[in-house]
Amino acid sequence: MAKILVVAELGNGTLKKTTLSAITFARTAAQGTSGSFDILALGAGAESVAAQLAGFGAGSVLVGDDAYLANYVGERYSPTVAAVAKSGGYDVVVITASAFGKDLAPRVAARLDAGFASDISRVETEGAKLSYKRPMYAGNAIATMVVTTAVQVVTVRQAEFEAAAPSGGSSAVSKVAIEKQASADRVEFIAFEESVKSARPELTEASAVVSGGRALKSAEGFKTVLEPLVDAFGAAMGASRAACDAGYVPNDLQVGQTGKVVAPKLYIAVGISGAIQHLAGMKNSKVIVAINKDAEAPIFQVADYGLVADLFKVVPELTDAVKKAKAEG
Amino acid sequence: MKILVPLKRTADPDNANKIKIAPGGAKVVTDGLEPKPNPFDDYAVEASLRLTENGTNPKVRLAGDSVVVCSFGVKESAQTMRQALAMGADSALLFETNDDALDGDLVARALAKVVDAQKPDLVVLGKQAVDGDSNQVGQILAERLGWPSATFAMSIELSQDKKSVIVGREVDGGVVKLRLSLPAVVTVDTRIVAPKSITNHVTPATHTYQEGPRYAPLPMIMAAKKKPLTEAPFASLGVDGLKSSYTKFEAPPARKAGIKVKDVPELVQRLRAEAKAL
Repeated sequence: MAKILVVAELGNGTLKKTTLSAITFARTAAQGTSGSFDILALGAGAESVAAQLAGFGAGSVLVGDDAYLANYVGERYSPTVAAVAKSGGYDVVVITASAFGKDLAPRVAARLDAGFASDISRVETEGAKLSYKRPMYAGNAIATMVVTTAVQVVTVRQAEFEAAAPSGGSSAVSKVAIEKQASADRVEFIAFEESVKSARPELTEASAVVSGGRALKSAEGFKTVLEPLVDAFGAAMGASRAACDAGYVPNDLQVGQTGKVVAPKLYIAVGISGAIQHLAGMKNSKVIVAINKDAEAPIFQVADYGLVADLFKVVPELTDAVKKAKAEG
Repeated sequence: MKILVPLKRTADPDNANKIKIAPGGAKVVTDGLEPKPNPFDDYAVEASLRLTENGTNPKVRLAGDSVVVCSFGVKESAQTMRQALAMGADSALLFETNDDALDGDLVARALAKVVDAQKPDLVVLGKQAVDGDSNQVGQILAERLGWPSATFAMSIELSQDKKSVIVGREVDGGVVKLRLSLPAVVTVDTRIVAPKSITNHVTPATHTYQEGPRYAPLPMIMAAKKKPLTEAPFASLGVDGLKSSYTKFEAPPARKAGIKVKDVPELVQRLRAEAKAL
């Protein structure tokens, strides 16, 4: 009978889709243990997303809408999440493992003196007991983890927990008190410097991802060669760490062990050799295509379709062919 | 200013695909893989050295500054810490134990004890270890200490009075800038070792570091052998108790071998007809 608290993620006063993966976890764990779940939304604009959150079958939607929480600062959020978890008698607190969840969840675990299961790919239930599967060693081992404290804190991989669809109904909405801690007064939020906005889908949410590696040689190479292919597929753009480190694209496009983990229906790796750190971020994609001129590149070991060729020659050709295929429908 | 850098010894992350699962899934076997410092911890050492030196003379710390590295692990972790000493850290503390006896929460509680004893102004650590991939210790430590913190740092600017840092945090969609009053905890991401990621108002603004953690020159490696490395049992820290454990390990499902296509038309045809991906 697990009682689960989902912490929603907000951005610019709107609900972020990451939240829907944590809701899927909560539904699975609640169903498996005959338990229930509630959703906590914190931040400026939380009240306005409450109505949206009320349609997912949660017992209740709890809201902390306060100027104090206008910009995410871990020290400002953790006391309220922990206080709500404690006073509500929750067994599990879950957040999706985005930058937000990765920062916040361990803080909440510390405040609750709770065990923490990070970045899990699966939850299993046996009676009232929960266990978690989580990839380790860059995805080369899948561990089963149990948390032995009464309260458990979990972050879930967005790529492995499908976005929850609304189930109808209307959860009761209520307000929570904002709690504070002294260390928050020693953190000053200065600015959020947003990367250049793109009209493309989010990397972690796209059904197709086209990623480029250092073989594209420059930012210009990404722009003139890769981006037309990305857009022909209506895909999100990703990159290898080498391409990000070289400054060809912003680092938040990095796919890999320490960047974004993606599992789209179609993943196309262009000029990426396939270091194990990169494979860790994409090898659960449904269909993988690799284009590389080195026939020995490790990326071909995980690719369903490999094309050994000069990317500067075949990518424009592929772009045209995809456009044509899409036009024909 | 004193900086504490926790270090973890990990099996060569570039060959993590060569790990084996023991029969029955009891544990992960990393035999044959070269032990290396967790790369993110290596970046933390580099960032800490840059904060405490004039980049034009990187062999010495600034007057009054020091970098202390600390590890919880097997006896051989001393070798890993010697590498950090050779890079320029001043002293090392090893608390002997093994990974199976730890979880992220216990590591953070033990670090809090080391912080109490060492009284650093800043704890700089990797955002995650590349074996467990948990990404938790810095956050838990900050909450337990009641210190301000910033995770996933790609830049650190130390104020002239050395009383605060401005940290650029890499998050989804951009960079968040936070000012932390010291003492504080900072966890670092890959970009912290970019040529201009650290500012301390001593290293000239025109100075450009090489990308990545520095290599130790031979004289520094020799000198590191004489630097203080203190060993003590982990139990001497007076913290214990685990909050989580691993009950089983499995190999990930293998991907079915794919095929090579001869050209773009074949690729498009197969994506359409077989994979239904177009």
